[in-house]
Amino acid sequence: MATGSRATSLIKVGPSRTSTVSSLVSRLVLLALIDAFASWFALSLWMNDSVILAVAIVVLAVLVNVVVLRRDTYPLRWMLVGLVLMSLFAIYPILYNIYVSTTNYGFGHLLTQQQAIDHFETTMYLPEAGAVYTWTAYISEGGGFAVWLQSSDGQGYLAFPGEEIRAVQPGEEGVGELDENGIPLTIEGYERLNRLSVVRYIDQLGELYLGQGEHVVRISSLDLASELEPLYVYEGARDVLVNRQTGVEYTPANGAFTSSSGEALTPGFQVSIGLDNFVEFIRSPALQGPLVRIILWNFAFAFLSVAMTFALGLTVAITFNDRTLHGRKLITTLLLVPYTIPSLITIMVWRGMLNPELGIINRTLESLIGWAPPWFTSPFWAKAAVLLVNLWLGFPYFMLICSGALQAVPLDIYAASEVDGANTWQRFWRITLPLLLVAVGPLLVASFVFNFNNFNIIFLFIEGGPPIAGAATEAGHTDILISYVYNLAFAGGRGAQYGLAAAITMVIFVIIAVITLFQFRFTRMWEEVSENV
Amino acid sequence: MSSLGLVQGLRSSRRRQRKLKRAMIYVFAAVMILFALFPIIWIISASLNPANSLSTQTLIPRHASMQNYRLLLTDNEFSQVYPFTRWLFNSVKLAGVTTLFSVSITTAAAYAFSRFRFRNRQNMLRGILLIQVFPSLLVMVAVFLLIQQIGSVIPDLGLNTHNGLVLTYLGGCMGINIWLMKGYFDSIPREIDESAMVDGATHWQIFTRLLVPLMRPIIVVVAVLSFIFVYGDFVVARILLKTTEQYPLTVGLFIFTSGQFQQQWGVFAAGALMGALPIVVLYLLLQDQIIGGLTQGAVKG
Repeated sequence: MATGSRATSLIKVGPSRTSTVSSLVSRLVLLALIDAFASWFALSLWMNDSVILAVAIVVLAVLVNVVVLRRDTYPLRWMLVGLVLMSLFAIYPILYNIYVSTTNYGFGHLLTQQQAIDHFETTMYLPEAGAVYTWTAYISEGGGFAVWLQSSDGQGYLAFPGEEIRAVQPGEEGVGELDENGIPLTIEGYERLNRLSVVRYIDQLGELYLGQGEHVVRISSLDLASELEPLYVYEGARDVLVNRQTGVEYTPANGAFTSSSGEALTPGFQVSIGLDNFVEFIRSPALQGPLVRIILWNFAFAFLSVAMTFALGLTVAITFNDRTLHGRKLITTLLLVPYTIPSLITIMVWRGMLNPELGIINRTLESLIGWAPPWFTSPFWAKAAVLLVNLWLGFPYFMLICSGALQAVPLDIYAASEVDGANTWQRFWRITLPLLLVAVGPLLVASFVFNFNNFNIIFLFIEGGPPIAGAATEAGHTDILISYVYNLAFAGGRGAQYGLAAAITMVIFVIIAVITLFQFRFTRMWEEVSENV
Repeated sequence: MSSLGLVQGLRSSRRRQRKLKRAMIYVFAAVMILFALFPIIWIISASLNPANSLSTQTLIPRHASMQNYRLLLTDNEFSQVYPFTRWLFNSVKLAGVTTLFSVSITTAAAYAFSRFRFRNRQNMLRGILLIQVFPSLLVMVAVFLLIQQIGSVIPDLGLNTHNGLVLTYLGGCMGINIWLMKGYFDSIPREIDESAMVDGATHWQIFTRLLVPLMRPIIVVVAVLSFIFVYGDFVVARILLKTTEQYPLTVGLFIFTSGQFQQQWGVFAAGALMGALPIVVLYLLLQDQIIGGLTQGAVKG
């Protein structure tokens, strides 16, 4: 019995006991609820033109059903919530980013084509030969207006702003007796404006949209009011938008309805533009120049950050590795302090300390040597400042790692090398460093990847500044790719450019993917994984 | 005689050299400690400086007072514009809720990865690790648009809600944590489960009654790491949240340091110290476990 159970518990994938009827029922009820919610959610998203997300929700819901219903997927039920969240909030954004990078999604192109058409179809204009009415205005004590409209055949209509226009007979809806011209003498709650007094209100009256929906009438002169008509008609069969006033036809091109003379209507809409985002970065000098700079600085920043933090951390670790040193424990504990404070906060602290006019460091330097680096305005010093702050933030980590790794270096190697006559310098370069690099190498790569996307230090310390002159988009001398993405999408100045931002993200993807592949190779990660799991 | 003198001379010169080396080490230590601690001394000093600007600041404030702290914690007028206590509460709430869910999700998933054998198990483990290479920071544009679209249907999960933010954090919670936990599960002998199973326990009973208590050390590490991660997040919160009342501490403090509010350094310093306190305490209490977890995690990630 015991051995049998041991054999199965490792291999068997189903629940340990056959599921009872009640657990099956509760599972089905739960599933029905999930499915109902998912269907409603997907449908609502679809109606909101979030088609891709709707499809993703449906696919996810189907997978959830499979996992819950099939017996051999029992282990996956243990991680179902996690997998759903991971799919929706980690994997989906990666795929969606790839899609967005091939669109013009952004400022002026936020709507879908259907939403843009809807927008244009609600735009009205005053046709020269539309239905025309004579009008008489009435004013309430509160300053609200009612308007009596008369068509050429004498039929009277009662009109209020934003309410449907109705044909009314005297006696209905508070409309009193008609005068000889067929105009009501009174309307309940309102006072009729005579020819003279109406002039005082003509500006206000001219701004009213009388009626609602498709029938909107505006007062166009002292005598006449005309019915508005939709300015644009969309002809679905030919996919053109026709301006009824001018007769000009607009066809969709590059994410906007465009006339044959090249006039593009705003707002535009999202379209797939293939690789144009990427092509633009290569073709346009105003985009390309800053991008090349940003990429070069991004690599330099990540590399220098790792090199400096590792060098200082290692130096500190070796210096205080001597067990006979008095106060060693105290020194290392104090040096670890930068590591314990959330880096976000200390980055902002450095921003204050290095403040050029007021910060304590610059004031001290000014009073001592009469000069202080312009940390925030000179591209060179800005970069130096970022690296300095990152050194402060990062060296304790490598100090920790290296002092741990140093303990593992066997002491007899040193003894042997001493016999062979190696000096301290040689011992460091020939023994300590190579042995350390084996242990610390993967961490150096991980640290490089981390710093490559170290948005926080760039943004919180200096917000990417100082700006690069002549750049087509907001870009600064200390901007790295990820902070550049942020600028494009969220910084606002020139409007959100999600398409371009997503395209830059793709560049980061490729770089990170290459480094990660290299890292896995380097650490023989995959092999190790295969052996151990 | 002469040879003895030579040896003695050599010895004393060695001793002198050693002493010199020691002295240099201590000088280096002093410089490094100054470098490491200076910003912390500065921030304490700035927080006690009532003038609230950098220009009049000296390292030892002349008129030290708790005015900045009072402003942040008790001044009603000030807190209508900068609701600091609200930010602190938001941060703790976001980090706490995320940690609770994240630990539950990863513990259960790690249990399945450790105790069951199923198709594509190894591929899934690798996949989970690989996805972490592209965290939500990297795909912030897509995450923003996703939450915006969800919010157009369910406003309570959309932009400017803590729910949407927590869901985004949870999307990235599996990953290295699964590996840490699975490794720990693997180290608990299977015989424990098996004997319980013989006694008729279900997987759920074994998991909750037997294994979770044994997992406590690693659960603490994962929980603390997750808490610190969320507490220290800036960019995702900054993108998804719009109004100051919804901000967590990190996004709120940034207001004091940037743009037109550059004069608020005293208040910033006081706020930063109070905000950093929970994390520093956590670190000091659990230093060894955290560092162990971090280095292990970093090796594998």
